[in-house]
Amino acid sequence: MSTYSTQGFDLNNTGRRIVVDPVTRIEGHMRVEVNLDANNVIRNAVSTGTMWRGLEVILKGRDPRDAWAFVERICGVCTGCHALASVRSVEDALGIRIPPNAHLIREMMAKTLQVHDHAVHFYHLHALDWVDVVSALKADPKRTSELQQTVSPAHPLSSPGYFRDVQNRLKKFVESGQLGPFMNGYWGNPAYQLPPEANLMAVTHYLEALDLQKEWVKIHTIFGGKNPHPNYLVGGVPCAINIDGDLAAGAPLNMERLNFVRARIDEALTFCRNVYVPDVLAIGTIYKQKGWLHGGGLSATNVMDYGTYAKVNYDDSTNQLPGGAILNGNWDEILPVDARDPEQVQEFVTHSWYNYPDNDKGLHPWDGITEPNYELGAKTKGTRTNIEEVDESAKYSWVKSPRWRGHAMEVGPLARYILGYAHALKGNPHCQRVKEQLEGSLRAVNLDLPKALGLAETNLSAKQLLPSTIGRTLTRALEAEYCAEMMVDDWNELMTNIRNGDRATANVEKWDPSTWPAEAKGVGIVAAPRGALGHWIRIKNGKIENYQCVVPSTWNGSPRDAKGQIGAFEAALMNTPVAVPDQPVEILRTLHSFDPCMACATHVMSEDGAELSTVKVS
Amino acid sequence: MTRMVETAMSPLQPTLPQITVLGIGNLLWADEGFGVRCVEALQQRYEFADNVALIDGGTQGLYLIQHVQQADYLLIFDAVDYNLAPGELKFIADDDVPKFLGIKKLSLHQTGFQEVLMLAQLTGHYPTRVLLIGCQPENMMDYGGSLRPSVRAAMEGALDEALRVLESWGAAPHKRASPLAGEEAVTLPHLELQRYENERPSEQQACRIGDERILARRA
Repeated sequence: MSTYSTQGFDLNNTGRRIVVDPVTRIEGHMRVEVNLDANNVIRNAVSTGTMWRGLEVILKGRDPRDAWAFVERICGVCTGCHALASVRSVEDALGIRIPPNAHLIREMMAKTLQVHDHAVHFYHLHALDWVDVVSALKADPKRTSELQQTVSPAHPLSSPGYFRDVQNRLKKFVESGQLGPFMNGYWGNPAYQLPPEANLMAVTHYLEALDLQKEWVKIHTIFGGKNPHPNYLVGGVPCAINIDGDLAAGAPLNMERLNFVRARIDEALTFCRNVYVPDVLAIGTIYKQKGWLHGGGLSATNVMDYGTYAKVNYDDSTNQLPGGAILNGNWDEILPVDARDPEQVQEFVTHSWYNYPDNDKGLHPWDGITEPNYELGAKTKGTRTNIEEVDESAKYSWVKSPRWRGHAMEVGPLARYILGYAHALKGNPHCQRVKEQLEGSLRAVNLDLPKALGLAETNLSAKQLLPSTIGRTLTRALEAEYCAEMMVDDWNELMTNIRNGDRATANVEKWDPSTWPAEAKGVGIVAAPRGALGHWIRIKNGKIENYQCVVPSTWNGSPRDAKGQIGAFEAALMNTPVAVPDQPVEILRTLHSFDPCMACATHVMSEDGAELSTVKVS
Repeated sequence: MTRMVETAMSPLQPTLPQITVLGIGNLLWADEGFGVRCVEALQQRYEFADNVALIDGGTQGLYLIQHVQQADYLLIFDAVDYNLAPGELKFIADDDVPKFLGIKKLSLHQTGFQEVLMLAQLTGHYPTRVLLIGCQPENMMDYGGSLRPSVRAAMEGALDEALRVLESWGAAPHKRASPLAGEEAVTLPHLELQRYENERPSEQQACRIGDERILARRA
């Protein structure tokens, strides 16, 4: 099986094989292998999660009310989303409804995480795929200042002296041999297409983002008591409201703290609006202008999300990012998604290192099994402990293959934005902002920015621009901005409730396990920064009987399934040209655009990833 | 909890140096939990001056940078592989910390802590004193497991040294008069060592092994 077609892609693994292991600047550990044709275009892609994932199993027999604290430790990045999905799954199982204030506080915590994670991901993990740090040393600070005033006119930090200072600091750092965070770069590679001034501007914003992000997470400290592992509570939120009280009253939420939260929300919104979104638009415009619109993969056809950010809790019709599934690129038809339906979400292990009773049949997460089975295919090169090349016709990853009604789907901000746009076009009043943002971005990328930068205007439609690596990175920025905007509404609504005398933050009626049924099952859904996250729980006699997480990077990083369908990472790499085969900048750029979090998708333990990716070209 | 929030909101007196004690690692992986367990034990036994922050850093990597930036004096507990005898402690100070982490790639976390230290340096906010108290793990592949006796015993030496250094930094440690209340703990009571061990599912219920290639690489 050297060639076959699936999902509109022609896979061909006869060309030169390139192995990138580990893929750096991600959370967790993954490996990717691709085959190049004679023109160095990717014609086959194989994504392997190289770590075993078994978080669920250690939850067995534990108290469901404790599960959130364990799942917070799945991963080093998205602690809050797992904790939230966990408490929601328990509440769903036990029929617990949380008070409106708890909903608003959870929303603000979730959206804070979204803004924080997106901005940090872009500047710290992803920008270096677009931005050549070393080239920034050659930039003219005066022209950098002019560039910034063109693309980010509202951002006050823009004097030539400011950029000169940053450049000097960077120079000193590079000269001292401490490349540190920049060690993993392929500086000077022709795949980098920004002028030095754009590179210096981006590096400067990298440092600004680093300074600001620490302020935003203080919202978690206020609502969740501590950071980086905030407290959650089955039934609501663990923070009481005492609006006139001082801190001695023991209630963490008083007016001073709420005002503090509001100030951080406003700062985050300002940064997204004035810096983050304009940076992504400018970088996207320049790369688009060079014709680099690769990386769309499954997003051009199949996207999915459960739907999120209900204006009215428990009323999905008020979701500000409505869910659904789109198949075959038909944006006119949005199919409903139900996480409880055993026929819809299923995980397959045909190509994953796990055992099912029937290896080619999928299991719904409530019936999920996590039983490791590490075995290699006959065509594997290397040994069990040192794989040179995996055999993708057999089992080849620790990631399972989730499918929706049998289809491989892309999840994430891009999926949410394609769905939001499709819903908005159908007149859904709760997501018109998505349409507005996307149309504004298209105008900027096609007309305004090319004009300002002296480039030719283009006429790309949403359907042409969005399903791409640029589109994935752009929608993540737009989602950060939108989340910050929605937080302002959440905050205002919380204030109104408090003024009206509603101080309830938790429903503890069913806290005591003696009030629970002997058996119960539930599901908790969260729009995690990387995409659709679900936790499925079964409770028996007050203890956890089964627990399964289907995380975004499992959807996106899934290996092939029983039908040979490839996953979203694999699809996104297809047909991308690689300028220098042993410097896989383009591969990393597209993989990073998903913000892969393989710690969740597989498990937490990992080797140190500070070294440069090992790239083997055979 | 209250003190943490106050620290976040109102800057401390400029005259008092900020002292940060950071435990890093993943307590779900046996001896990987050394750092977090040290912070947990330290707080259970001692109280400190208001300019001291204890942090359960978990595997947060880059997201711990603000704690590094805010610190004038930084004490780090971590499980680090020096090829020593299990439970043996290693103390590394100041400039040697990032250098040591860099050369030997000791950090067991994906976002290497060395990178976090370097980024903090680049931003110009870096502690004047750093002490890394590292412990040689015995077993990190027992998923859902707890500290091995060798590493658990090593905690005492680690805490003694930490207290001595913290005292010299002006952290004013003193023995707790009354037990630490659950909600005040910087670590989570749900994951508290004793409870974590007592409620562990059986080996039949929950697979405890990891990926053998990782085991081989570590061997």
